[in-house]
Amino acid sequence: MSADSAQTSAGTVPISWPEEGVTRVPYQLFSDPQIYAMEQERIFRGPVWHFLCLELEVANPGDYRTGFVGETPVIVTRNRTGDIHAMVNRCAHKGALVCHKERGNAKTLSCVYHSWTYDLEGRLMGLAFRDGLKGKGGMPKTFRTSDHRLQPIRTEVYAGIVFGTFHADTPGVETFFGPAMCRILQRNLSRPLKLLGFHSQMIHNNWKLYAENVRDSYHATLLHTFYTTFRINRLDMDGGIRIADAPQPWHHLSFARRANFEAAEEYTTAQVHSANYGSRLNGPELLETWEEFDDGITHAIQALFPTLTIQFTLNSLAVRWFTPRGVDRTELFWMYLGYADDEDDEQQMRVMQANLTGAAGLVSLEDGCINEFVQRGTRGSTPDDRAFMEMGGTTVESSEGSRATEVAIRGFWQGYREIMGLG
Amino acid sequence: MAEQDNPDREELPVDPALRARIGDFLLDVAHAIDDDRLEAWPQFFTERATYRITTRENEEAGLPVGIMACASRGMLEDRINALRTANIFEPHTYCHLLGPSRLRLVAPDLVAARTNFSVIRTMQNGESILFAAGRYQDEIVIGREQPLLRSRTVVLESRRIDVLLVIPI
Repeated sequence: MSADSAQTSAGTVPISWPEEGVTRVPYQLFSDPQIYAMEQERIFRGPVWHFLCLELEVANPGDYRTGFVGETPVIVTRNRTGDIHAMVNRCAHKGALVCHKERGNAKTLSCVYHSWTYDLEGRLMGLAFRDGLKGKGGMPKTFRTSDHRLQPIRTEVYAGIVFGTFHADTPGVETFFGPAMCRILQRNLSRPLKLLGFHSQMIHNNWKLYAENVRDSYHATLLHTFYTTFRINRLDMDGGIRIADAPQPWHHLSFARRANFEAAEEYTTAQVHSANYGSRLNGPELLETWEEFDDGITHAIQALFPTLTIQFTLNSLAVRWFTPRGVDRTELFWMYLGYADDEDDEQQMRVMQANLTGAAGLVSLEDGCINEFVQRGTRGSTPDDRAFMEMGGTTVESSEGSRATEVAIRGFWQGYREIMGLG
Repeated sequence: MAEQDNPDREELPVDPALRARIGDFLLDVAHAIDDDRLEAWPQFFTERATYRITTRENEEAGLPVGIMACASRGMLEDRINALRTANIFEPHTYCHLLGPSRLRLVAPDLVAARTNFSVIRTMQNGESILFAAGRYQDEIVIGREQPLLRSRTVVLESRRIDVLLVIPI
């Protein structure tokens, strides 16, 4: 047994990380069921903040929303005094789902199986036939409702997002993500939000391949050729990758800035700021846009470990997150947003730009299949087969000025190795 | 509520000839997709037509974003051009199965139609699955030689798409 093996309740996992470090990733990580079980324990139930839902989804007292942290079903509630709570969606009696609807509003949470009833914080209030029927049956005299409850999940609400963690040692959300990541969260999400629409997509790959994919700035213009094929000027001059200044380099921001028009003569002489200028689009309303921020950033895609991505591209604001559905299945959720005070024409531009991303995204639909191609391509690989990732160097540090780099992927693996105890 | 869903609106009779004409038209639109004559597909729409693919969940909540939203025939053409020249995906085909249409003559030259459908998707390895099921809510202009879609809302039963959606429904 090698020194790199890690002991876990899921068993001993025989992974030897290549000595080259985070520039190499064994393909075995994408298909090994023991690794998958170990991730549930160390990452999804580990010292990590997970996306639970948006605060607007539980806007009113009594609102609840169900979801998942890894494989574990969870409930988020807002109680009568307005506080948000989260708990495992698993009855303390027999383990049935307590909430079987995705969302709703309730005074209490009641398991339909035997009517064990909980308050909105998950405390057991009562159950059917506790004292039996006609003096017979019932719970023992020693039974106390206060000994039983839904397993609580620690929550923190930040920038309109409800985060949850199973772990008592997880540092606060702001510390976990670091100041640079929090600044961009505040920029994008600190105003009252409005839900514009929602869908999901089942992708046939291990969850970490999608986590890599959203951190892969190298592939963007190579796999996704919509902009270049249609000669759409994104007017981006510079951009880069900003790695989180947090305890772990798990998170990053990929961004592009608007061109400096004085420097770009062709734009100055044409007097256009439209992304459609010179394009081959027959329906140019796709890309009608307005300048929403004065920081010059036109594209901001932020990946927060392990499963959350927030995009603000042109005027399209969307939160996407994913849930592992087995070692080679991942459900990817897309939630499109605007601001509560958007004008009609602003909302219409966001609606049109939503065509760029999602399951049918003109710019990004390839991501639905590319990770599956890796999943299928790495079948039959040996423990010695691994990915090679040295684009932009071998280290994990911010890369201002260039997105032709795999630095954010290396950052993901650095954090992953540490939390998993893999060398 | 869409105009065609209004139960209080007075109904004009739909004669059998018109019913047959609309039925053939809806099949032609579906078969153009199934037969990979995608360049012909936008020609079934008026120039200012809207075409949306959304989900039952979004539609019932009145949310404007679904999975695809086109506000002109030009945007439909762009979708097809992108599919042919820019987008990368594994080859696959559709087989549309249309149910009978419920037609309402909304105006002398405008028919509202609801048609349930299912779409079977077949990949190059031979795998066929039920990719989509739902309903078309259509507004069809009938004044001209060929009927044309003025608006089509594709309401999918499921909010979950398998892999990706690139060929229109």
